[in-house]
Amino acid sequence: MSLLPENWLKNAAFETQEYVRLVVAAFRGLFSPPIYRHDIVEQLDEIGWGSLTVVVLTGLFTGAALASQSGLTLDQFGARPVVGRLVSASMIKELGPVLTALMLTGRIGSGIAAELGSMVVTDQINALRALGTDPIRKLVLPRILAGVLMAPVLTIIADFVGIFGGWVVARFQLQVGTDLYWSSITQALYMQDIYQGLVKPFVLGFMIVTIACHVGLRAKGGTQGVGHATTVAVVAGSVAVIAADFFVTQLMVFLFY
Amino acid sequence: MSAAPARWNGDGPVVAFEHVELAFDDKVVLKDVSFTLEKGHTKIILGASGSGKSTILKIITGLLRSDSGAVIVNGGRVDQLSESQLMAVRGDLGMIFQEGALFDSLTVRENVGYKLYEETNQPLEQVDRRVEEVLGSMALSEHIDKMPSDLSGGQRRRVAIARAMAFRPRILLYDEATTGLDPITATTVDDEIIKLRDLEGVSSIVVTHQLRDAFYIATRMAVQGPGDAVEIVPATSEKINESEFIMLKDGLIHFEGSAEQLQRSDDPYLKKFLS
Repeated sequence: MSLLPENWLKNAAFETQEYVRLVVAAFRGLFSPPIYRHDIVEQLDEIGWGSLTVVVLTGLFTGAALASQSGLTLDQFGARPVVGRLVSASMIKELGPVLTALMLTGRIGSGIAAELGSMVVTDQINALRALGTDPIRKLVLPRILAGVLMAPVLTIIADFVGIFGGWVVARFQLQVGTDLYWSSITQALYMQDIYQGLVKPFVLGFMIVTIACHVGLRAKGGTQGVGHATTVAVVAGSVAVIAADFFVTQLMVFLFY
Repeated sequence: MSAAPARWNGDGPVVAFEHVELAFDDKVVLKDVSFTLEKGHTKIILGASGSGKSTILKIITGLLRSDSGAVIVNGGRVDQLSESQLMAVRGDLGMIFQEGALFDSLTVRENVGYKLYEETNQPLEQVDRRVEEVLGSMALSEHIDKMPSDLSGGQRRRVAIARAMAFRPRILLYDEATTGLDPITATTVDDEIIKLRDLEGVSSIVVTHQLRDAFYIATRMAVQGPGDAVEIVPATSEKINESEFIMLKDGLIHFEGSAEQLQRSDDPYLKKFLS
């Protein structure tokens, strides 16, 4: 019965409505008391500092692999010296934001969905409400703020580490001079690229956290429901990241290029 | 009774249900439920699993909304209030959830003082003192810095009671507070319920399907012994009459009366339930 198109559409419309309601409620919570400051700081630490290692490793190996692959292709055109330009453009505009967001989906999205889902099925969310606390202000808003603020910071770090990883390969494997590598980066980098690379993580960070909070708070059916919510948070979050990346890219190209 | 009075003078029931109905899609949970809870009294709600017992408590606290009928708490209707308006009503309601629903990531101290730490402007020292006092009265002082996962089942329920009463609500709602506990541990939880009712003057609604605990709470009373000692003794007939039983069946109140009336009933369903 759940496979009927009308039921699927109804369900999709309902989920969208609930998602929008959650986002609107969180937005309202931003402009009126109470604001749970220590929860915001805690989440900044958890999402930012806690994700640093995984983001650094991802950025490093991606940049290194990119330099290695690009070197092979560029050799066909005798253009090996511009490898830095290719690595930096790819990292800053595309791979840095998307891969950081995908890593955050795996680490933060799953964690948020599992934590909030567990709190729902063990009545802790109801206990919060019964004790006079709005769960959206206490749990959702700090996570959204931390996600939106930390995703760009982590992306910038991933970009730098990726370009550094590219340099290691360029210098020691491709035998490209250090000065040449870095100058090719600075010469070829435009402000539009930087804007694009900075706007994306704000949008992606927001999507990862809001989707995870939404599915976590709607978990039902005990531990199985928590597992399902976690899976949905990662799958829907990852697809949303890639889709949003495409649309933001289109918008930025339309606006700046 | 249609509108909430600006100030309640304290007369009349502290909680009242008037023809309350609730259904989830096609499943009717409460058909037509009406009852009242007088100040300082105990209402014990019995019924099989899925009969709507816990739903009643969630409707009182506004965690669920009834489809029709009136729900009155402290003289004011709460069934049509917004979530932010309900926060004020909840200031006088303490709820003990099934399994305790303690916050996993907080210590016992932080759990018990949660509302005072997070939702009031009371000085930290004052809140600390209150938390220590409440845990001390329940013989839980040694566990104050433990995490909930380090506690036994009975300790978790008692911490949940401590959390619900730390901010001194005048109405406490117990949702299966003793389910899953062995009889001896369950008695320690029952004793706390009795002490809060008789020594602190708290009005209580106790939802359970544990008959032993239900009758224990209805037929015992707490008295202040010499010094700080509190004794649990057989209740006087006057005290017994302050506890009333409700039996829910298929979303309706199947029985309402005293412990004695319940035990003497010839109703086949009640006899089966009590056997």
